[in-house]
Amino acid sequence: MSHPRPDPARREALATLARADADRLKACWEAFEPKPVHRVVKGPETGLVMVRGRTGGGGAPFNVGEATATRCVVRLATGEVGFGHVLGRDGERARFVALFDALGQSEHRDRVTREVLVPLAAERAAAAHRKARETAATRVDFFTMARGDD
Amino acid sequence: MYVAVKGGEAAIRNAHRLLAKERRGDPDVPALTVAQIAGQLSLAVDRVMAEGSLYDVELAALAVRQARGDLIEAIFLLRAYRTTLPRLGASEPVDTGKMVINRRISATFKDLPGGQVLGPTFDYTHRLIEPELQEPGEVATAEPVGESPRVTDVLGHQGLVEADGEGEGEPGDLTREPLDFPAGRDLRLQALARGDEGFLLALAYSTQRGYGGTHPFVGEIRTGDVEVELFVPELGFAVTLGAITLTECQMVNQFKGSATVPPQFTRGYGLVFGRIERKAMSMALVDRALRAEELGEEKKAPAQDEEFVLAHADNVQATGFVEHLKLPHYVDFQAELAMIRDMRALQERERRRAAERSEAAE
Repeated sequence: MSHPRPDPARREALATLARADADRLKACWEAFEPKPVHRVVKGPETGLVMVRGRTGGGGAPFNVGEATATRCVVRLATGEVGFGHVLGRDGERARFVALFDALGQSEHRDRVTREVLVPLAAERAAAAHRKARETAATRVDFFTMARGDD
Repeated sequence: MYVAVKGGEAAIRNAHRLLAKERRGDPDVPALTVAQIAGQLSLAVDRVMAEGSLYDVELAALAVRQARGDLIEAIFLLRAYRTTLPRLGASEPVDTGKMVINRRISATFKDLPGGQVLGPTFDYTHRLIEPELQEPGEVATAEPVGESPRVTDVLGHQGLVEADGEGEGEPGDLTREPLDFPAGRDLRLQALARGDEGFLLALAYSTQRGYGGTHPFVGEIRTGDVEVELFVPELGFAVTLGAITLTECQMVNQFKGSATVPPQFTRGYGLVFGRIERKAMSMALVDRALRAEELGEEKKAPAQDEEFVLAHADNVQATGFVEHLKLPHYVDFQAELAMIRDMRALQERERRRAAERSEAAE
């Protein structure tokens, strides 16, 4: 298998797909017409990823614990290969990620961006912003009694 | 020693049926759904994931339901499940500095870049039972302020707080190699991250009460979501798998210094799955206590004894050894019973002989 150079746009697209809610991803796939002819090359396979942290936050790595993860590889009839890697045990989700990844390498790239990636990223940003606003309302300013409010 | 027994199949089968019935409770009451457990007993689910050492909310919720809320039993179920899955790889080390913050506090630094946010905390609640839980209603919102860098990164460069340390080697993994002593800090942190919350809490408490005291302060506690990335060779880069919730605790501790190190604050570190703040704090305190030797402190308390702490922190191991005592030990016990009878007979014979000797002497 070839080892392509790191591709920031593909990396970001995969991140957007992996972060997406399973139902939304499925809806995007169901809405995407016509469906590309493809076959599943590998998986979906569920296994464990050992999650690593760093001592003190930024020091030497250590193993925190494992997480379930599922991967899937698909190949379109036109030759593009797509990879799906997601947390959890949902094989369908990993397959959808792989399919959109493959489509993103194909002539349908712009449609994938427009119809899938942009809406998913926007929804996620909106949800994250709502959560951030709720958290921000719990901001606290403690002041020390001896020193007074500064 | 446990010796295998035969028989009891029908009784065991019936006992498990009875367990299923009792677990279900009153059939007129709706059965618990996994979504209810994951959504409304989320801290129980978090604890099962942390100590089960497996991040999967749905599996942990299933385990809690199957175990009737017995969290150590649920942790056991999760540990058993993980053995059925292959290892796909190890993630890139997560960056807690980029955490999407849900809570972030410091007991030492009042004014932090990014500020302090309480988040959904039990702190400052009155701990009064509420027969009718308050309907959540509308929550307040406010404009978020910028980034929240780790406090230790903000203050570390002044040299008054110990740095994170370095090293990029492959960390030890106690799920692959049995724990050996002395264990490096990487293995100690792994063991503590999956250790029993109650055990770590008690040890942490013992250090506060003088058994290896470390004068701790909470430099920072943060809870939130971090992304997990896995390097995929076919792609040539690390892909994002999604986000998990973590709690990190930076404990700073007074340190008098040594021949080579000037007086400074040393640190203990806690990082756990989920929103288990008590456990992250306990982990950080015990991590610091276990560094006694490294920092040239006298080792005199249980929390400083790495073998004592690490060999007993795992509640699945502990429950296995304690609970095996209830399994049939008939052969063992019969052997000991025979031995006790022999010892008694011997003692009786000796007593009689001594009595005869003293009679003869008179």
